[in-house]
Amino acid sequence: MRTGAELGLVSCPGCGLIYRVAGGEDGQRMYCCRCGAGLHLRKPDTLARTWALLIAAALLYLPANVMPIMFTATLFEQRADTILGGVAALWRDGAWDIAIVVFVASVVVPILKIGVLAYLLISVQRGTTLRQRERSHLFRIIEFVGHWSMLDVFVVALLVGLVHFRTFADVQPGPGAVAFAAVVVLTMLASMSFDPRLIWGRVPRTVRDRQA
Amino acid sequence: MESLVICECCDAAHRRTPLKPGGIARCRRCGAELYRNRPVDLDTMLALTLTGLIVFVVANTYPVIEMEVGGQRNSVLLWDAILATYDAGTGTVAIIAALSIFLLPLLQMLSFAYVLIPLRAGRVPTHFVKVMHALRAMQPWSMVEVFLIGVLVSAIKLSSDADISLGMGMWGFALLTYLLTIVTAFDLHELWDVASRRRRPA
Repeated sequence: MRTGAELGLVSCPGCGLIYRVAGGEDGQRMYCCRCGAGLHLRKPDTLARTWALLIAAALLYLPANVMPIMFTATLFEQRADTILGGVAALWRDGAWDIAIVVFVASVVVPILKIGVLAYLLISVQRGTTLRQRERSHLFRIIEFVGHWSMLDVFVVALLVGLVHFRTFADVQPGPGAVAFAAVVVLTMLASMSFDPRLIWGRVPRTVRDRQA
Repeated sequence: MESLVICECCDAAHRRTPLKPGGIARCRRCGAELYRNRPVDLDTMLALTLTGLIVFVVANTYPVIEMEVGGQRNSVLLWDAILATYDAGTGTVAIIAALSIFLLPLLQMLSFAYVLIPLRAGRVPTHFVKVMHALRAMQPWSMVEVFLIGVLVSAIKLSSDADISLGMGMWGFALLTYLLTIVTAFDLHELWDVASRRRRPA
């Protein structure tokens, strides 16, 4: 099976038109004449950008889980809930099905995204040719599930908006919610900047030389 | 080169082959979807978009959850939740919620309407290129469906301490999720092709 790069073809990321890579001067960029998007055989600086965003996400993941995402004050108690604490509370209340949904969205998905992206980056940098189809599939999975982690952030916003009974109960958002929202945004940006075509190898030198 | 399609996921080049109606062509190398045989029906898309705009108004004017504790009643609109998180000092959360549940879904539908109404009449709108790029960029950040599940989780979290009922707004968001899912599933590349056939692009 030939690739676009081997054939010297590139498809526009904006509108899907296919172009022949021109043998222009070095450093000359190509743009789609239909939609104006920049044409690249591979996303520019994809590894560096993805690593940067991924490391930022991983660093923020710690405060996102250690700091409370929500403070609850009632007549009887004052409580500070972390993400895992919230899942545990749901479980204790007997809502185990919802507890599982929240656990998957808030804990499994972010860890999966960070772990899978790191694995893909490392395997690409090593030039591994093993399990390429499976790695492609993994990438599509994390792209598809990525934004579901925002679930807990929206729950906090709703509870803060809803629970403000002056004497009975009050809910306030915590710093963990901000850190967690940032983790979700950063992991989404990281997976968008990763170029899954690299899983299948680099651009052949002869073609790369033709395009800057 | 019209007959070629290059996999966005692995760069494998394929020759386009006709599909049976509703069929999906997948990459032979990595399994990613290449294209479908589902011709864009501009009328259907526009009808769904305009319905979506009406439903959007309903979803944002009626409470999503109503709650009663000890004789006191509270209810929450999407905007109440956004403003409350802003007032509480977590502006980041407020901005993300405002963008991903309110502004971007609204802009998505307005953009579709802006593109589809002239295309149906056989014209290409002035800012077609910009709006089409915006549509592609907005798609991953629009999260109405996540908010919908958030409403259900919140309701269950509170149900042990208070009387909770789901409001009209929740049903509005449920319907909006359904409509947006269908509208955004259309292949934007095909709209580019439709526009190319209508007129030389701007």
